Amino acid sequence: MGGTPTDLKLIDENGLRIDGRRPDEMRPLRIEAGALKRADGSAYVEWGLNKVMAAVYGPRECHPRHLQNPERALVQCNYNMASFSVDDRKKPGPDRRSHEISKIISEALTHVVFTEYFPRTSIDVYIEVLQANAGTRCAGLTAASVALADAGVPMRDLVASCAAGKVAGTIVLDLTKEEDNFGQADMPMGYVPTSGEIVLLQMDGDMTQEEFEKAIKMDIEACKKVHEVQRDALKRRYSQKGESPEYAAAPEAKEVA
Amino acid sequence: MSKDVIADLKRDYISKLLAKGMRADGRKFDEARPLKVETNYIGSAEGSARVTLGNTQVVVGVKLIMGAPFPDTPNSGVLTTNAELIPMASETFEGGPPDQESIEVARVIDRGIREGHAVDMSKLVIEPGKEVWIMFVDIHVIDYDGNLFDAANIGANAAFKTAIVPAKRAGKGEDYPLPVLHQPISVTSVKVDGKILVDPTHDEERVAEARLTVATIENGNLCAMQKGLDGAFTHDEVLKIVDSARRMGNEIRAKI
Repeated sequence: MGGTPTDLKLIDENGLRIDGRRPDEMRPLRIEAGALKRADGSAYVEWGLNKVMAAVYGPRECHPRHLQNPERALVQCNYNMASFSVDDRKKPGPDRRSHEISKIISEALTHVVFTEYFPRTSIDVYIEVLQANAGTRCAGLTAASVALADAGVPMRDLVASCAAGKVAGTIVLDLTKEEDNFGQADMPMGYVPTSGEIVLLQMDGDMTQEEFEKAIKMDIEACKKVHEVQRDALKRRYSQKGESPEYAAAPEAKEVA
Repeated sequence: MSKDVIADLKRDYISKLLAKGMRADGRKFDEARPLKVETNYIGSAEGSARVTLGNTQVVVGVKLIMGAPFPDTPNSGVLTTNAELIPMASETFEGGPPDQESIEVARVIDRGIREGHAVDMSKLVIEPGKEVWIMFVDIHVIDYDGNLFDAANIGANAAFKTAIVPAKRAGKGEDYPLPVLHQPISVTSVKVDGKILVDPTHDEERVAEARLTVATIENGNLCAMQKGLDGAFTHDEVLKIVDSARRMGNEIRAKI
């Protein structure tokens, strides 16, 4: 959060945002299930300018062994940003922010996985942010849920995720980088649509009670939409015969040799 | 990296096929896997490429930031190559600081582009001895089925072709395309049961006795080589590998 530079108008006179969206409008979201060949399950998410890949290995032997739980599986998430994913090159490797995000995503996913079916094992979830433009933890959690389902891990439901926030005094959905940097609040959420449970919730900035209530409603409605896109990705993956689809049929990609 | 074991069954399978002149995926010994290159894939990087070589997939991002030159090369930019063999890509990769394998990959790619003069580093100088562009080549392996050397090398070359030096953002004049001089292309072969296989898969790498990576530039000159694993090549085998690297390097170069 910070001061708005004078030349940047986050909400225009028509109530539209810098990328032309209405306050309650999400950025375009596209999900491909089964994007990688080697992982047990995977999903690729393009959400606005975010590009995020998630992969799942397991249930498999738990490392380090002292973390093993004799009664249930451990869901271990690892969130990582590529050094080229942001404008200023990020130093490779984990930092305090990625440790925290890994932890809260692990906890959100643990809630929906039937961990009691796989005692002593670990279900490893890897989230790689290839290109970042605010909302990467939501994109990561959304992708990770689809990857778990793609890996055949038994789950109560998919966790859907989206952020709401406050920009220039207006409650908006799914903030971009500019809105996050110069806005007034950001509130990412992870939501289980079939049970109505909130499994991830963070907030930073400043919101009144009224604004908070509006934001949380907006968030829940958005998560329901995200959930539809997740389900659609899985249906497309498993209604197709033969080889797994290419996750992004890039038009400019060239076939060689 | 954890100890990589391969079942005897799989080893036998590969050996028996090779004895009949075949590879597990149906390729000829001197045939590479299908290659797909997508450039300008990452908007936050100055140059980027996503390369799919068979089931191997890497994303290469090039970033340029201002910094000080090395004292002994005041008239040259700085090249830094880094490879991330992240656990997403394979069950044999583990997190943590770079291990020997990722350091070798990064150094072999670095050697190819440095010695092959892929980029004119003298044009990355802002003020001699004081300020230059530091070029980071970051290799992110997301799906691993062997031959990272070639996939990453192709990715780096493809990313250079579309990279822009962000001079305007830094207040140092107008943006300009990265000054590309050559395209040093590497081709990797392994030896299994005395047979030479180009562009090995992960399974082939696991049973290989020896590996040789050869990088060549447009005129056919060699610019970098790296032999790996504990086996050996004969003189004739090396000549044969270099010859096919030159030929295949030209084919790849024409297509990126």
